Amino acid sequence: MSEATATSAKTKGKLAIYWAASCGGCEISILAIDEKILDVGNAFDIVMFPCGADGKVRDVEQMPDGAIDVCLFNGGIRTSEQEYMAQLMRRKSKVLVAFGSCASEGCIPGLGNMSDRKQIFDTVYKEGSSTYPVNPKDERPQAETKMPEGTLHLPIFYDTLKTLDQTVDVDYYLPGCPPEAENIWKAIVAILEGKLPPKGSTIGVNTTVCDECKRTRHEKKIKKFHRTWQIIPNEEECLLEQGLLCCGLATRAGCGSLCPQVNSPCIGCHGPNDGVEDFGARLMSAMASVIDSNDPEEIDGIIKDGIPDPVGTFYRFSLAKSLLRRKNKAAIAN
Amino acid sequence: MAEKVGVYVCHCGSNIAGMVDVEAVAKWAGANVKNVAISKDYKFMCSSLGQQMIEDDIKKEGLTRIVVAACSPHLHEKTFRRACQNAGLNPYLCQLTNVREHVSWVAKDKAAATEKVKSLVSAAVARVTHQEPLEKMFVKVNPRTLVIGGGIAGLQATLELADAGYPVTLIEREPSIGGHMAQFDKTFPTLDCSACILTPKMSEVGQHENVTLHTYAELEEVSGSVGNFKVKIRLKAKMVDAEKCTGCGICIEKCPKKVLDTVFEAGMGNRKAIYTPFPQAVPRIPVIDTENCTYFTQGKCKVCAKVCPTEAVDYEQKDEIIEIEVGNIIMATGWKLFDCERIPQYQYKRLDNVYTNMEFERLCNAAGPTNGKIVMRDGKTEPKSIAIIHCVGSRDANFNPYCSGVCCMAALKFGHLVLEKTNAEVYSFYIDMRAPMKDYEEFYQRLLTEGMHFVRGKVAEVNNAARNEREGGKLIVQYEDTLLGKQKRMPFDMVILMGAIEPQADAKELGLKCGISCSMAGWYTERHPKLDPVATMTDGIFVAGACQGPKDIPASVAQGAAAAARVAGMITKGTVMIEPIVASIDEEGCSGCKICNTMCPYNAIEFDEEKSVSRVITALCKGCGTCVAACPAGVITGAHFNNRQIYSEIEGILWDAQPAEVASG
Ligand SMILES: Cc1cc2nc3c(=O)[nH]c(=O)nc-3n(C[C@H](O)[C@H](O)[C@H](O)COP(=O)(O)OP(=O)(O)OC[C@H]3O[C@@H](n4cnc5c(N)ncnc54)[C@H](O)[C@@H]3O)c2cc1C
Ligand code: SF4
Ligand code: SF4
Ligand code: SF4
Ligand code: SF4
Repeated sequence: MSEATATSAKTKGKLAIYWAASCGGCEISILAIDEKILDVGNAFDIVMFPCGADGKVRDVEQMPDGAIDVCLFNGGIRTSEQEYMAQLMRRKSKVLVAFGSCASEGCIPGLGNMSDRKQIFDTVYKEGSSTYPVNPKDERPQAETKMPEGTLHLPIFYDTLKTLDQTVDVDYYLPGCPPEAENIWKAIVAILEGKLPPKGSTIGVNTTVCDECKRTRHEKKIKKFHRTWQIIPNEEECLLEQGLLCCGLATRAGCGSLCPQVNSPCIGCHGPNDGVEDFGARLMSAMASVIDSNDPEEIDGIIKDGIPDPVGTFYRFSLAKSLLRRKNKAAIAN
Repeated sequence: MAEKVGVYVCHCGSNIAGMVDVEAVAKWAGANVKNVAISKDYKFMCSSLGQQMIEDDIKKEGLTRIVVAACSPHLHEKTFRRACQNAGLNPYLCQLTNVREHVSWVAKDKAAATEKVKSLVSAAVARVTHQEPLEKMFVKVNPRTLVIGGGIAGLQATLELADAGYPVTLIEREPSIGGHMAQFDKTFPTLDCSACILTPKMSEVGQHENVTLHTYAELEEVSGSVGNFKVKIRLKAKMVDAEKCTGCGICIEKCPKKVLDTVFEAGMGNRKAIYTPFPQAVPRIPVIDTENCTYFTQGKCKVCAKVCPTEAVDYEQKDEIIEIEVGNIIMATGWKLFDCERIPQYQYKRLDNVYTNMEFERLCNAAGPTNGKIVMRDGKTEPKSIAIIHCVGSRDANFNPYCSGVCCMAALKFGHLVLEKTNAEVYSFYIDMRAPMKDYEEFYQRLLTEGMHFVRGKVAEVNNAARNEREGGKLIVQYEDTLLGKQKRMPFDMVILMGAIEPQADAKELGLKCGISCSMAGWYTERHPKLDPVATMTDGIFVAGACQGPKDIPASVAQGAAAAARVAGMITKGTVMIEPIVASIDEEGCSGCKICNTMCPYNAIEFDEEKSVSRVITALCKGCGTCVAACPAGVITGAHFNNRQIYSEIEGILWDAQPAEVASG
């Protein structure tokens, strides 16, 4: 669509942008659409955008349900407050978009599902080198703290990080950590023009990064995986064939193969293709298919040496959304 | 549209009903499982009445899907699919769930078994509602057949097909066809001369216009599937040009290098470095055994090349790999002899006059190294007493649990030959005399009257530790006479060990190449032990003869002919149906990563360089699902096994599971 159409939209829609358990990169990427943000401003009233504009929760609470046309929601759900906001934004928005990897799949915060609240708090408030000396009494955040002046409230910190769609009903997904400006713009245009795919879709293409990657490739056979700091790969051949565990095979395209282009393997931030329920399992079975050995001991060796952190490698972005979801709590306790 | 599923729980007589409350399952499914419109139990679902019931219900009640809880899909999947088709329902909308082999035959607790069947039925219903109609596919059948192994079974199969007018390629790894039968003198129980009945068949095969014979050849690789296999064959270098050789044999005569023949002569005689295994060999073209040939080991000699009148000897010849296309493959690779040295207490190879059965076959063969004279290792002394020990490596928990089936009769044959040719006393030490086939028992009765001695008991050991003069210089057989209940010993001049028939050493490997499996022991597994003994689980691959299990010559011949008849039927029909359960790649989504290409065990995936996408060659795909699991982009779909179908099957099985406690607090 042309910019003219966006600008001349008759009645302005209402747009909200909200963040939960995330790093803030997603908001920056929205701003990175550059001057097109003005088109967005022309087409929408931005009613909520904690990072970039004003807007209060109570104002949103007072709106009629469905008053907001589109809400771009980034971040996973870790606390009771985030859960409340997810429910609120869902109620008030016609279209709720899980924006970016955290909201869609849990992303890096989702790797916290290898631990529980206690472990996380131990790390932060007790064992952390920066906190230990200043917290001699081992204080922990409490949901309620009674002070002479009254009771203080903090959100409850949950054991498990949930994705947005594990919390509320989601209409669309936009992949990426963070989503690329160009894809954000395309999604906004699609919303403005009402040319949306069926509910539940991920907005983007349905092929993988390899499709956009220019490197030459052959049938793959791998004897050794290297970690990125161990070798400098050549710029022509497929990185995986050079022994770098490139996730491009299993990762939804759309980024233009950003990382392989700069000689760095794809780490999978765009998540899986349509119909893939478990990104990590997909990638693992692909890797299992290319390891060039039939000797169980040799295979163990190749994996142990080359992939010391399998969860962080295969589920870096998708643990919370995976079939596994989290490490068994009983296993953590033991 | 809501689906209307019909559920049919089979009693299988008491096979299932004895361990599962089938009525309760049927009632439960009718009342509780979503989408079930009709649910019944019946004595024998596979009977014509059972099938009719399904057909009627489809027509009258408008059922859209069928679930049958009965036996293995191997047995009756086709039956119930056919019933659906007869009633106008796509056969792939029928799901057979196995509650016999998987439940009633292995369960001990009726209540638990019944619960398990409920889960399986619930899973099948959940899955079947997501199944999609598939259309059958047909491919042309290449009329050429590959027969592997030129023993009597393979020869019979070859001739049956060739005589019917169909082209056959026969490969045999030895320099001549004939197999074990060529080594025998007489054949039990009729005692006809083995060579007299075998060699005519051999030369017929050698000369048949429809037979392409490759001896000294082995299978390298098979790809493709029923109707259209591609086969790579290694033609081992014979060092003799088959086109030029006339089979005159002068090279063999003049070759100065003698080699112990451990194959055909079973170590009882010699052959030359350039040789045919025996004079009536087919083809008559000799081969050079390069491991022993003086020219190949020491660089000089070349006598054979000098004497050959047609300059057929070619020391530069190399192995050659040829590729042929065939519609069906018959495996007839036979058996190998048990290594009798594995039972040290019988002292084979330690004590001179202990023989294996195959050594004795050569010893009493008129064309053998002694011209059929039964003499001891010194080459001249006739034995005065011979012990034949049965079940050496058979029916023995330490070696092979099975009965080799032919040793008792071969022992009787040996007894007869000994009594006919010598004055020796001959004793059989048997555990049980097994004589079940036609004329076998009569043969046993005949030997009883001919004066062979029979001792029922297992021999503990053979030694040469004489305790008295009578035992001096003899082989002492220590045994338990189980009829007398006594430990005894007896001295003999000669001992024959009836070594077991075992699967070929490379049987598993060869089976793998052809995509068929072996039993624990190593015999090729037939499709059904009673009803389909020469077909295998892989369409287009048949088995015949002793490679499928120990058997005698008549049974091997019968199987060879049976396999040929099955193949001929397929060739006459011209096309064969292949399952539409195949993989397909969404080319839009394929990134061309090339993960799947090396994965397919049937070489069914090709890469389109131009579009940079992979593609499944439907006629070759077996629907194994390997690529489906491997594709990291998730763009390969396995028909009949897509994600939705599998997930719903799992959900169905877990119908009574509590939802897992999802993270709270
Ligand atoms: C001591 C003894 C005596 C017997 N006497 C009798 C008897 O008197 N009467 C009777 O009915 N039965 C007898 N039998 C049984 C008889 O030997 C078998 O029934 C018969 O040999 C089975 O024939 P076959 O063609 O299946 O196998 P085989 O005779 O073993 O022939 C198999 C052929 O396949 C070839 N081959 C194997 N592997 C390959 C490969 N990978 N590639 C290419 N070629 C291959 C082999 O070289 C061989 O030529 C006797 C058995 C024994 C042990
Ligand atoms: S695996 Fe990585 S480097 Fe190789 S083709 Fe795919 S994206 Fe490119
Ligand atoms: S190459 Fe992979 S990790 Fe890099 S931006 Fe693209 S999808 Fe994300
Ligand atoms: S399912 Fe895939 S791997 Fe299996 S036979 Fe078909 S193409 Fe080959
Ligand atoms: S594995 Fe999947 S994405 Fe890769 S080439 Fe095969 S079909 Fe295409």
